[in-house]
Amino acid sequence: MLKIENLSARVEEKPILKGLTLSVAPGEIHAIMGPNGSGKSTLAHVLSGREGYEVTGGSATYNGVDLLALEPEERAAAGLFLAFQYPVELPGVGNANFLRTALNAIRRAHGEPELDAVQFLKLARAEMKRLAMPDDMLKRNVNVGFSGGEKKRNEILQMAVLKPSLAILDETDSGLDIDALRIVAEGVNAMRGPEFSAIVITHYQRLLDHIVPDFVHVLADGRIQRSGGPELAHELEASGYAGVLSEAEAA
Amino acid sequence: MSAALQTTAQGFLSRYEGLRTQLPGDAAVRDRAAEALRAAGLPSVRQEAWRYTNLRPLADLPFAEPIGPVDGAEALAARLPQIDAPRLVMVNGRMRQDLSRLDVPEGLRVSAFADAPTLADLPADAPMGALNTMLAEDGAMIEATGEAGTLVLASLGTDVAGRAVAFHPRHRIRVASGASLVLLEVSLGQGAYLHNPVFEIDVAEDGLLVHVRLQQESAAAFHLATVFAEVAKDGTYDFFTLNLGARLARCEARARLSGTGAIVYLNGAQMLDGQQLGDITTVVAHDAPACASRQTVKNVLSGHARGVFQGRIDVARVAQKTDGYQMNQALLLSPDAEIDSKPQLQIYADDVKCSHGATVGELDANQLFYLRSRGVPEMEARGILVRAFLSEALDAVADQRLRAVLEDALTARWAEAA
Repeated sequence: MLKIENLSARVEEKPILKGLTLSVAPGEIHAIMGPNGSGKSTLAHVLSGREGYEVTGGSATYNGVDLLALEPEERAAAGLFLAFQYPVELPGVGNANFLRTALNAIRRAHGEPELDAVQFLKLARAEMKRLAMPDDMLKRNVNVGFSGGEKKRNEILQMAVLKPSLAILDETDSGLDIDALRIVAEGVNAMRGPEFSAIVITHYQRLLDHIVPDFVHVLADGRIQRSGGPELAHELEASGYAGVLSEAEAA
Repeated sequence: MSAALQTTAQGFLSRYEGLRTQLPGDAAVRDRAAEALRAAGLPSVRQEAWRYTNLRPLADLPFAEPIGPVDGAEALAARLPQIDAPRLVMVNGRMRQDLSRLDVPEGLRVSAFADAPTLADLPADAPMGALNTMLAEDGAMIEATGEAGTLVLASLGTDVAGRAVAFHPRHRIRVASGASLVLLEVSLGQGAYLHNPVFEIDVAEDGLLVHVRLQQESAAAFHLATVFAEVAKDGTYDFFTLNLGARLARCEARARLSGTGAIVYLNGAQMLDGQQLGDITTVVAHDAPACASRQTVKNVLSGHARGVFQGRIDVARVAQKTDGYQMNQALLLSPDAEIDSKPQLQIYADDVKCSHGATVGELDANQLFYLRSRGVPEMEARGILVRAFLSEALDAVADQRLRAVLEDALTARWAEAA
């Protein structure tokens, strides 16, 4: 269970999150939509522990643990996963090696035995097949020379292998064609279950046709302005943020 | 030269006076070297070629003489990389048949300098070379006349009964016309010592010498190596040095391309921490047309470590169509680490392609966060990024067996530092 209460954060003196409150229970998929600059990506970065974001108030706990006090790697070990909006290239680091190192670090943190290269490859190949990824993607350097779609699929592959209990997808749909979008959505849907929850950050309702959320929130000016079911996404698509937000103000 | 270094130079000179009649080889050559050393002294930071590498700490070591019997060489030999190849082992600069495995193939001849000493004058501007010429007692004489395969040349250094020693092995490597040899040279040891080897290398027409160095000297040791290589028409000298050890190390590689179409690679990497200083100095002389030289040196420096790269490329008037490339990159892992990088290009021909570059940076914060967000602990993540940085340098080592040896040494060094 993720509990964010009254969270405020700033970047270089500039307040971005201004008292954000959100609860995500196990098994739930929450979509966060909002205009540019509303604080969507800041929320993702603050939750995953990126440097450069100063929390000025409020709290975020995951299963009762103060998330904000943990190092990024401890958050990952606690079950958190961030699918990056801009996946990072790691020249000189092989994708397979990267993924196995990450998986084994998390397994170590859980007191589980590490996987050897053969065990790992078996597991990774099975996930890649489901994501329609070519085998050679494991042999290449992490994200180096990947197309936009390949980078996003690589994020989903990492999620599938690391099996987090809470995934934050930061505009994973941006730059994807419809086929890649479907593959990414299938990757997320395959993880759905009582032990998995996700926050899907997106600009567009399009992704939510494929990953149908339990809740949709509209984030603007650093706070959740409106919450509703999947129908809210359609309303946004029809009347835009301005329309939905003025309605929220009126109410 | 500081007064303290003056005393050290004097010490070497008196040692020479004492040993003069017993040392092998042409005494006149040694006398000339002694004269040069007496006149110029040991290198000082006032000399441009030694500006960044101060030998002053050498003066704090009273070198014992003569070198007494060595205990524990077997234990040091056990630390050598295990690869299936003949090996020649020197302990404190002297050949040790009992630790060597000299079942060499046809096409390779190996002998000891002490058995058939041939000393030649070195260029006048090589002070450590002069010291070597004056005091060299032994060394490896290696000659490849065909496909000679791989040979390991190991130097084991150790203090003797707690006292520092100095040794100056003189190695000569010749690769005959059309012949080839892969040489893995490893230096390691324990305690305080000065290892001051000189390599005289000749690659004849169409010859190939791959010379991979792994420098893992003891943390109290000084390593001052000078390589003189000459490469004839269409010959290749493929040099790589990995510097991990020693308190102060300088590897000065000078290569002369004397025949059309010759190729020289002077690549390297160093990973240093604490108070270590590592200096890679290269001089490439393009003295014939249509030759190529390639240099990529990468440095990873943490703690108070200092890295030095000096790369000189001289292109003679006759050396048209020269293709020269030089790159020095440094990753600084601490605010107190330092890199001094000095390219020097002197070009007298007008139709040449020569480029050089240098970069200095820290670990990329985005890359570090990406790894950590996937659960990789910070130290491990830093290690992965450092290895990724160095792996590009190691790509220059095409021989997969040797590359694996270097990778293992890097892994061990990183684990030790962490």
